[in-house]
Amino acid sequence: MSDIFKPENDRQVLDAIRWAVSGNGKVLEVMGQGSKRGLGRAQNADNVLDLSGLSGITLYEPEELVMTARAGTPISEVQAALDEANQMLAFEPWSPQGLYGMDGGTVGGLFASAVTGPRRPLAGSARDHMLGFHAVSGRGEIFKSGGRVVKNVTGFDLTKLMAGSMGTLAVMTDVSFKVLPKPEKARTVLLFGASDPGQAMRDAQNSPYEVSGVAHLPAGVAARSSVSYVSSVGAGVTAVRVEGPGPSVGVRCEALRDLLSGYGAVEELHTTNTVSLWQEIRDVSYFSGDRQLWRLSVAPTDGPAVSEKLEGEHYFDWAGGLIWFAMETTDDANADQVRGLLKGGHATLMRASEAVRTRVPVFQPQADGVAQLMKRVRAGFDPHNILNPGRM
Amino acid sequence: MKMPIPDAGTIVKRSEIIKRLRAIVPGEGVIVDDSELRTFECDGLMAYKQLPMVVVLPQTTEQVSQVLKACHEMGVKIVPRGAGTGLSGGALPLADAVTVGLGKFNRVLDIDYENRCVVAQPGVTNRAITDAVEDEGFYYAPDPSSKIACTIGGNIAENAGGMHCLKYGLTTNNVLGVEMVLMDGEVIRLGGKHMDAGGLDLLGAVTGSEGLLGIITEVTVRILKQPDTAKALLVGFPSVEAGGKCVAKIIGSGIIPGAMEMMDKMAIGAMQKFVDSGYPLDVESLLVVELDGPEAEVEYLTERVREIAQSVGSTFIRVSENEAERQQFWKGRMSAFPSVGRISPDYLTMDGTIPRHKLPEVLTRMNELSAKYDLRVANVFHAGDGNLHPLILFDANVAGELDKAEAFGHDILKLCVEVGGVLSGEHGIGVEKRDLMGEMFTEDDLKQQQRLKCAFDADGLLNPGKVFPTLHRCAELGRLHVKDGKLPFPDIPRF
Repeated sequence: MSDIFKPENDRQVLDAIRWAVSGNGKVLEVMGQGSKRGLGRAQNADNVLDLSGLSGITLYEPEELVMTARAGTPISEVQAALDEANQMLAFEPWSPQGLYGMDGGTVGGLFASAVTGPRRPLAGSARDHMLGFHAVSGRGEIFKSGGRVVKNVTGFDLTKLMAGSMGTLAVMTDVSFKVLPKPEKARTVLLFGASDPGQAMRDAQNSPYEVSGVAHLPAGVAARSSVSYVSSVGAGVTAVRVEGPGPSVGVRCEALRDLLSGYGAVEELHTTNTVSLWQEIRDVSYFSGDRQLWRLSVAPTDGPAVSEKLEGEHYFDWAGGLIWFAMETTDDANADQVRGLLKGGHATLMRASEAVRTRVPVFQPQADGVAQLMKRVRAGFDPHNILNPGRM
Repeated sequence: MKMPIPDAGTIVKRSEIIKRLRAIVPGEGVIVDDSELRTFECDGLMAYKQLPMVVVLPQTTEQVSQVLKACHEMGVKIVPRGAGTGLSGGALPLADAVTVGLGKFNRVLDIDYENRCVVAQPGVTNRAITDAVEDEGFYYAPDPSSKIACTIGGNIAENAGGMHCLKYGLTTNNVLGVEMVLMDGEVIRLGGKHMDAGGLDLLGAVTGSEGLLGIITEVTVRILKQPDTAKALLVGFPSVEAGGKCVAKIIGSGIIPGAMEMMDKMAIGAMQKFVDSGYPLDVESLLVVELDGPEAEVEYLTERVREIAQSVGSTFIRVSENEAERQQFWKGRMSAFPSVGRISPDYLTMDGTIPRHKLPEVLTRMNELSAKYDLRVANVFHAGDGNLHPLILFDANVAGELDKAEAFGHDILKLCVEVGGVLSGEHGIGVEKRDLMGEMFTEDDLKQQQRLKCAFDADGLLNPGKVFPTLHRCAELGRLHVKDGKLPFPDIPRF
């Protein structure tokens, strides 16, 4: 018999966890709206801790570039508040729509899964933007770490640890994070049919023109773009985004066109198309559906070589350092082969059936010493394994 | 300041310990004579001194591993040390501990421009990383004032900041990977040339852990391409409030300068006396704003910052005409500490962070405290990110003044926490702010942090006496207070 607890305050979160701690073998699936339930090892927890009742932005000071929200606050509410002040989450989190077919998500879920998009190399990841949190540990104790200011080295940085921990350490009740002004202007330089897309991407990334996104779509993927400049070329498309004040964007785009013209024909996308294109890249819209999907983080120079051996469809983000790879369904998502290609970095199985996600590790298995260390770290937060057990 | 009582049993075994260390690190790598140990008796927080029991200077990861393993077996404490430039006493030796100096780990191992990173040993200085790559137009962004001397390993231990953190992030945002040795001698690698962790972000937890979790033996840091141009503006105001308002308006309008520093009248006077940077002496607060990027962007933003400054009533504006002048504008700010050293026999450097809009309130109350303690205070301030460095001027030769200055400093940090800020923005807790941790954290908060330590160092041998006012035993921390079967079904809305 499974129960869904829907606490309305911190005390009730604490009660639920203490209850689980005190009983033999009781476990809790920690959930916001369930929009990213498809990420991680499949759960068969007997009880659900639904945090959507802990909702609301509790502090937003645009001039201080900071927001605090309760963990269950819908992302859409955060987005609306930010839009009004012309600000954004600079780490550019993906929307779960393209990956899991469900829109939405909460602040807690966003940071717990450390969702990060194309602006990562320039602006950092969710972990770089999360400033502090309040939580209840799997021990049944309320604690906090970090704060609401950007520069803070007071004590251990548990905030980093919490970002990306998939709710397995503690249940966050409030999260403070950095917000940034939206760029005045955004444009994209497109390079068609590049002779060496890997090198072209790295040239753009390593230029002084402060690019905010460098991706490459092979011809088959580019053909599915909603942006006609991209879909109609019938060749691979390398995309380089430039953001900032108007005069600066113009100058930098021109410099990038010069820089890249040796690789092939170049073109430029204005604001509206730039927004559409990068939203597709961010949300992995090209691979929506139910094919098995991998996300590989590697050194940018390793990206192209790794991708050549992948049987399926792929595209690059992060100047080659991130590969999204979709493949036809197999029993084990070819986990050993995929991970065997890595010389470093990690591969996450972002989408697969529950059965497959039970059979193969969704997150990159760690070297023995690190795996043991992680186990000990986890035991310090959730010794009885009651929070999202086994999800990582 | 109370340090843990030295363990007599360890001190008695000193010669045995030395023998074991010498078997691992031959020759001059083990330092035992008082006259030589003196070099290591303090770090940048010079008010506290303690002769280490032994200093060992290993040269390889294998030696570090063996040293830690041996000390772990003998139950001997370890104090890790980079260049000893830290300002919070994180590398303060202990009478019953082996200080492990990483100074011989001084090689850059791999420069990888294509992947924008450098792999280096931890004893390489911050500045040396930039030196190694600047011919190709790259640099390493975090730039603590001590960058010529401080080591990259120490930067990671302290999560060091600097002037350019506003735009480019702290150390934690610029580290890609480390190799480190745990207290039991195990060598692990976290991260690499790729981005983000594949599991729990242990790299993020290790960064800023002040030598309590392990000893870093190799680092991979991100390097960036130098911006095309940079310009600096000097902007003076008739009040601190106006300066603060200018900072808020610049950031509020969407401009994130490469650096934005503020100083008050006392600091301006001291700096201008020390080195001619063209600072006006008739203003109450002065901003140095650096804008970097392509020339067109810098020109455009310079004009916008100028307009903003005028709109809040600036009385002095100068824009650097060339690179030499830009550097001249920075000279004063860069020499903040020696300048203040010139106008006072001693000074304490504080390091709190506050929400920016609290600046006028904090400065007003700081001035009240200054009157109460009858000690002068000069303020330099990483204005963009709210990181305050009040410099408390005192004379250690006057009986009781150090204590008074420390009490003043503690009051300032409490004030920072009270207005929503934190005890330390970039210098770390170390021993200096250890006993103030309770101002910001509950006992449960601190215990949860210590459980992280237990996962890395279950016997509490790494850098004890730092960061935490009380170090609990791991067995005690592991105990759960909820007893089996005692709690009823929780009274929570359920479906």
